[in-house]
Amino acid sequence: MSMAIDTASTQYPKRRYGMDHERYEWSMLSTRKPVAWPGGKKLALWVNVSLQHFPMNPAGKPVKLPGSMTMPYPDLRHFTLRDYGNRVGIYRFLDAFKRYGIKPTFAINAQLAQRYPALLHDVLDHGGEVLGHSWNMDTPHAGGLDEATEADTIRRSLDTLRAATGQPVRGWLSPGRLESPNTPELLKAHGIEYFCDWVNDDMPYPFHTRHGDLWAMPLPTEIEDRFVIMDNQHAEASWAQQVIDAGQMLLSEAREQGGRILSLSIHPWVLGQPHRIKHLETVLEALSAEPEIWCAGAGEILDAFVSQT
Amino acid sequence: MREDTGYYDHWPYRDRPKITWPGGARVAFWVAPNIEFYELDPPKNPARTAWPHPYPAVPGYSIRDYGNRVGHMRQMKLLEKYGIRGSISLSTALCTHHPEIIELCKERDWEFFTHGIYNTRYTYGMSEAEERAMILESMETIERAVGQKPAGYLAPALSHSEVTVDLFAELGGLYTCDLFHDDQPTPVKVRGGQRFVSVPYSLELNDTIVYVVNKIEPRRYGQMIKDSFDRLYAEGAKSGTVMCIPTHNYQVSCPHRMKAFEEALEYITGRSDVWVTTGREIAEHYLAHGYDRCAADIAARNGGQ
Repeated sequence: MSMAIDTASTQYPKRRYGMDHERYEWSMLSTRKPVAWPGGKKLALWVNVSLQHFPMNPAGKPVKLPGSMTMPYPDLRHFTLRDYGNRVGIYRFLDAFKRYGIKPTFAINAQLAQRYPALLHDVLDHGGEVLGHSWNMDTPHAGGLDEATEADTIRRSLDTLRAATGQPVRGWLSPGRLESPNTPELLKAHGIEYFCDWVNDDMPYPFHTRHGDLWAMPLPTEIEDRFVIMDNQHAEASWAQQVIDAGQMLLSEAREQGGRILSLSIHPWVLGQPHRIKHLETVLEALSAEPEIWCAGAGEILDAFVSQT
Repeated sequence: MREDTGYYDHWPYRDRPKITWPGGARVAFWVAPNIEFYELDPPKNPARTAWPHPYPAVPGYSIRDYGNRVGHMRQMKLLEKYGIRGSISLSTALCTHHPEIIELCKERDWEFFTHGIYNTRYTYGMSEAEERAMILESMETIERAVGQKPAGYLAPALSHSEVTVDLFAELGGLYTCDLFHDDQPTPVKVRGGQRFVSVPYSLELNDTIVYVVNKIEPRRYGQMIKDSFDRLYAEGAKSGTVMCIPTHNYQVSCPHRMKAFEEALEYITGRSDVWVTTGREIAEHYLAHGYDRCAADIAARNGGQ
């Protein structure tokens, strides 16, 4: 019968203590040493803005990334809606960050940094750590991508971004948080210290590669603007409520268990729309008013964390 | 293939024999945390793919791992705060992978029932002997780990065969969570004729169905739980009802979803005439006090066979 399963399906060779892979150690957050943030703050707030270029002619290989084109070519509709974020939405973000004293990070597709020097200038002028975010939103790092192509994409992206920004670019966010089996090794080999793809923790933890450990930084998808508003179709006001509830929950946990991180992944093509921006402002206003919150970039948070381990 | 499960006869909600709960409670309320292990690289099943992305499926795998690393402790503390003992639907490989979680739940006298070995191993395509061996192994693992034979079964990832429920009854189980046809326990017709029960386990209030499938906002989920409770509590004045909240540590324990869940638990446990209990206790109480009367009524209404 073609439906029958093979013998591997009733064997369990990786049933052992800990994980079923070698990437990191099994560890419950509640058992770890409490962390203290600078100034006695309880909750670190990290806001990451993804600045993205979605080619109008995506190959979609090996997979199509969320937010990519969906219409028959030429998909003016989605190309321009995404590009809106890089022209208009980002300026609403920068104004809001300034008003509420937010220190954002920017995960930038390297090709975008090359295409829009004025955008890059304004972002750098505002200030903030830049993270690698691959070449564009049609260079997915996913199973099936050959290693040489991926190595070239990572090298080209980081070389371009480091040259354009003058920053070391220590961090990385893979588009769609996808990875190939080689991504962690290639990132480490190209000078990346931390990456933000694995959504399995609320705090940094060491992630093994053949070239030494990376730090995995927490950047949850579940509270991301694109996921909540575009995928789940929740109301904008609900997204804001969810973030504020998360902040309160993490603050109360931090008072008992030591420093926690609230990290927000946001996109100017989503929250930068005129009907959505006020909900981002509501969130930033509420969080920045919390005396126990420390607003910082990912690298700064990681440094404070590592100094205590 | 059959047109019908064959596990029960139609039985109108009206005019059933009265179900009573301990202390005269109206509602038997239980919370069923699914504590699961998903494999990063599971064997392929011909009927169902475990992950939407090619290996390594980082998004799907890592959020589920979050449930064990971060979420479990959060939900456990919350349930403890409201005097609720969890009834765990357990991927039994977790006894080996993460024994710390098992110990924490054991210390709190939680119930463990089986949810298969891994939630990435589906029943589809298994022979009857393979399925029986898988269920038996999962039951033995629980008995070894916690010293008690599991009473309940929820098939892994809700993957079933035509004989899933029959096999569990034959292996000595008392109740199934795989049938969603009622708000009261019901007798289940299994091929071996064992006295065997369906305990309501609500898919509509299952956090993964709510958040992942139906994409509900957290505060609305909290309201759905309260509304569900209000109705089952009102109807429970006439005859006892069952309310279950099935949860997953990788969904309900995310920081942005805890508040709504906590408000709902506070609402329910703050009322009198609620029996805060476990799946096993509901099944055992029903077998002792309700099963025979209900089975007779069902038989009488279906032609007296």
